[in-house]
Amino acid sequence: MSATFVREQLVAPMEQPRSNVGTPAWLQQKLFGSVLNTVVTIISAVIFAALVWPAIRFMLIDAVWDGSSRVDCLAETVGRPVGACWPFIAAKFAQFMYGFYPAEEVWRINLTYAIGIVLLAPLLIPPVPYKVLNAILFFGVFPVVAFYLLIGGVFGLPHVETRVWGGLLVTLVITFAGIIGALPIGIVLALGRRSSLLLVRWFCVIFIEFWRGVPLITVLFFATYMLPFFLPEAWKLDPLARVLIGVILFAGAYMAEVVRGGLQAIPRGQYEAARALGLGYWKMMAFVVLPQALKLVIPGMVNSFIALFKDTTLVLIVAIFDLLGQLRASFADPNWATPVTLLTGFAFAGMIYFAISFAISRYALYVERRLSTGVAH
Amino acid sequence: MTKTAFYNNPRFRSAFYQLAVLAVVIWFGVEFAINARANLEAQNVRFGFRFLQDPASFGIVQSLIPYGEQDTYGRVFLVGLLNTLLVSALGIVFATILGFIIGLARLSPNWLLARLAGGYVELVRNLPLLFQIMFWYLAVLLALPGPRQSLALGLQPLLLSAADGFAYLQRFGAPDAIAQWWRSLAEWIGPPAIYLNNRGLIMPRAVFGEGSRIVAAAFVIAILAIIGLRAWARRRQQATGAQFPLLWPSLAILVGLPALATLAVGWPVSFDLPQLRGFNFVGGSQVIPEFTALLVALTTYTAAFIAEVVRAGVLAVPKGQTEAAMALGLRRKTTLRLIVVPQAMRVIIPPLTNQYLNLTKNSTLAVAIGYPDLVAVFAGTTLNQTHQAIEIIAITMAVYLVISLVTSLAMNAYNARLRRADRWRA
Repeated sequence: MSATFVREQLVAPMEQPRSNVGTPAWLQQKLFGSVLNTVVTIISAVIFAALVWPAIRFMLIDAVWDGSSRVDCLAETVGRPVGACWPFIAAKFAQFMYGFYPAEEVWRINLTYAIGIVLLAPLLIPPVPYKVLNAILFFGVFPVVAFYLLIGGVFGLPHVETRVWGGLLVTLVITFAGIIGALPIGIVLALGRRSSLLLVRWFCVIFIEFWRGVPLITVLFFATYMLPFFLPEAWKLDPLARVLIGVILFAGAYMAEVVRGGLQAIPRGQYEAARALGLGYWKMMAFVVLPQALKLVIPGMVNSFIALFKDTTLVLIVAIFDLLGQLRASFADPNWATPVTLLTGFAFAGMIYFAISFAISRYALYVERRLSTGVAH
Repeated sequence: MTKTAFYNNPRFRSAFYQLAVLAVVIWFGVEFAINARANLEAQNVRFGFRFLQDPASFGIVQSLIPYGEQDTYGRVFLVGLLNTLLVSALGIVFATILGFIIGLARLSPNWLLARLAGGYVELVRNLPLLFQIMFWYLAVLLALPGPRQSLALGLQPLLLSAADGFAYLQRFGAPDAIAQWWRSLAEWIGPPAIYLNNRGLIMPRAVFGEGSRIVAAAFVIAILAIIGLRAWARRRQQATGAQFPLLWPSLAILVGLPALATLAVGWPVSFDLPQLRGFNFVGGSQVIPEFTALLVALTTYTAAFIAEVVRAGVLAVPKGQTEAAMALGLRRKTTLRLIVVPQAMRVIIPPLTNQYLNLTKNSTLAVAIGYPDLVAVFAGTTLNQTHQAIEIIAITMAVYLVISLVTSLAMNAYNARLRRADRWRA
């Protein structure tokens, strides 16, 4: 006779308490758990409504959508309080996007954007193959093509002076040229900073710390007012080119620190294994260390890209009219002087800046998550 | 053993590369110097720092030290530097307060509050700072009404609007007396003394009379006494284990000593209230809108970054630390004070210092809206008048370099100290 006093089957787990699941439980836990929590929720809701509702009213409900001059955006004409004056943006759109680039040549800018997007998109999507070729095309060939497309003077394209460039075009040109110029400088400086050669190391440390220690404005002033003194008189540098030199030196120093972080993250064993295989310094760096290090610092590079994108606004101080510069210039137009012009302009430019920089920062986060799952902790 | 060629000798190579770098640097330096000399001659500019003693003959709208148009460019430099330091120091204080509040709000268990704080951080971090400065300056501060329709800030307008609210409730049967009571309270408080209009922020000015020095001295003595008391309490606790209740005695000293001094010499501070005369205010002190716009933008912008630093710092303290403290029987407050905050601060302080440095460097954007900071008055106006570009930009860059270097030296010292305290962990 056998008797078991132990159950042979597991007891089915009990369901979670009712009060623990579903929307009401979530509301109770996250919003109305205690008196204090409820008060906090109500205050937050009021603040949220006080910020968002007027914004929606301004941009959509009270906004004026059609019109041809300031009169259409005045409260007296419309007969109600007016929000955003979108016709103002429509009238100034070309100026915000391209500056005073001749209208019949604007297709060249759009073509440049199109080529850029076609080359950039597969570079950003990790599963797409041919990354190296793609990177060479984007970082090596595209800048040259873009340069000749935008400047012209070859293949029958009329020459367009950088003086008439403006708006988002200048913002993007400075950002891209800055990043593409800063990358090689940053890599060389980072290698130099970790070099065993004393003089090389000291030179790189001083160079990096100098540019990182001064504000970008002083760098732009340096490039605009001081640099011409140091160059031979025959070299008449274009104002945009001068600003680009300043931006590249500045961004290069920051890029060097990003790359250095990647170099330091590569385990010693990788260096030693490369040496053991008989690779010299440059081969070790080019084939073993840098490919790993650069991959590690992609999020950091993207973040410095965002910083550079936001910092390009500073060029308006040295009289280069980027998007923000064009915006400020457009406020002076008496044909569109209304009480809502300023806010409309800021809303529009703000949306552009926010959309681009938010999108890039999300992409950096995405890459970071992808990388961190690949690395064993 | 085969003999290696001399150019494959590592020592030769090392020396060769270093000499090559040195040669390139020297060559660039010489080339720059020659070009600079030729260009300066061509433009008829004399190199040197003499110009610092020449009269500047332009006005500056805000100055912490006495300044007039007959003063020198050297004085202009000083005025600009002080203005930079003023806006940076105030910005650092406000950004720290706001940043800690928002960073902790992001960690709040309340879903809505955490989201609100998160939204703030995302919005502010993704818009260029110069955009925000211009927004505050052009779209907010300059769009305010003129002096005659100034916005009044203060307790009285707040109480009056409360009274209006209660007056509205009378329709639903609320007693009349409540609104009356609020209104009389508002009258008793007196008219507000802070006004905001498109010419700036107008505030009462404190006038320090006789005896204010004695009160200030009492205040300083009180602070020193508290520091002494804390040191004594700490020593006693380490020796005997007995705790000393520090809070109330400290507060008593802090309030009591200056109060006693005030009793002895009489109330030394009076206020010069601003008054509307004709089309503008007289009296009080006026803060120019450029300063307010710059301060607001720098504060809100840097606060978003500080919030992220604070959040990362708090999250960096492992949960086990809190749980261990709880298991040891420490109270929640004590756990925070002795376990969580010290470890979080260790993570927070280095990047926080970096943000302070960024704020100081970002204050140079003042030049875009005409706040007279170092870059605006010195690298801007002075450069345009004297054409001494090389000297002026070198001086300006040197100022910021010195600030950066001093900060990073201090930071290195701090990190070294932490590492020493950390030795037992290794």
